[in-house]
Amino acid sequence: MEKSAHIEHEHYDAEASKVGMWLFIFTELLLFGGLFIIYSVYRFMNPDAFHLAAEELDTFIGALNTVLLLISSMTIAMATTSLQKNNKLHTLLLSTVTVILGLVFLVNKYFEWGIKFSHGIWPGSPHMMETMSQGEILFFGLYFIMTGLHALHIIIGLVIIAVAMVRVNKGTVHANRAALLENAGLYWHLVDVIWIFLFPLFYLIT
Amino acid sequence: MNLSVMSNEKHHIVPYRLYIIILLALLVLTFSSIGITSIELGKFTVAGALLFAVIKSYLVLVYFMHLKYDKPYIKLMVAFVFAVFVVTIVITFLDYLYR
Repeated sequence: MEKSAHIEHEHYDAEASKVGMWLFIFTELLLFGGLFIIYSVYRFMNPDAFHLAAEELDTFIGALNTVLLLISSMTIAMATTSLQKNNKLHTLLLSTVTVILGLVFLVNKYFEWGIKFSHGIWPGSPHMMETMSQGEILFFGLYFIMTGLHALHIIIGLVIIAVAMVRVNKGTVHANRAALLENAGLYWHLVDVIWIFLFPLFYLIT
Repeated sequence: MNLSVMSNEKHHIVPYRLYIIILLALLVLTFSSIGITSIELGKFTVAGALLFAVIKSYLVLVYFMHLKYDKPYIKLMVAFVFAVFVVTIVITFLDYLYR
């Protein structure tokens, strides 16, 4: 009996897991926070160039991606609720919807960047170097770095959600051991919060 | 006994309905911010767009990220990190504005 109890007892501490995730999220917030400070200082120094360059971005595709991310945030939050209610099927369904929305976000990003590339706009492109002012080059540099880093976070978030889904399916993540899915959700919401600031700063304030 | 009670600690289960309400609020705020920035407000455009973004991220943090149901020390930690960020921005701009 002692032996089996020892084998079955795996260390699990939901609160510690959550706090650990939050500490990691803080480092992410400060990483993007630093980039936001760089953006605001350069915008302050080159207001006209930033205004001009931002006109190049498509508000529609930005708004569409915002809506997709907001809905996906809701579905992953709901997935946690259904896991707590012991509804495995709903958990997997809602997580799948989240993953699909995240993938559509990335496809939109692919086309959006593709349009920029076809206009000759990419970091260090000859078109940018020859025809654009310093301020516009800074704007597009920040645009590619910040949306690119954000897209990388989307990819990582999707991988974490996929791992959580496999574990839910196997039954090792369940109502009493929900930390992995909850933390995947926290990470996904962080990605959402960052986009909530990226969208107005790049697409709306023109 | 004590251990099993700890690991089975019941979480606050947030109903689907609340999440749907929050999503609707977030969508309304998104379209409002698109609306407000399409009007020429000059310098207030930036302030307006950022105000909407702050309200939206507050809703995500409090409801989607469960801060409303978390223990006070977690709320405090999150508030502290955002405060550090705001202070950094203010100090940076004090520098640039008064050079």
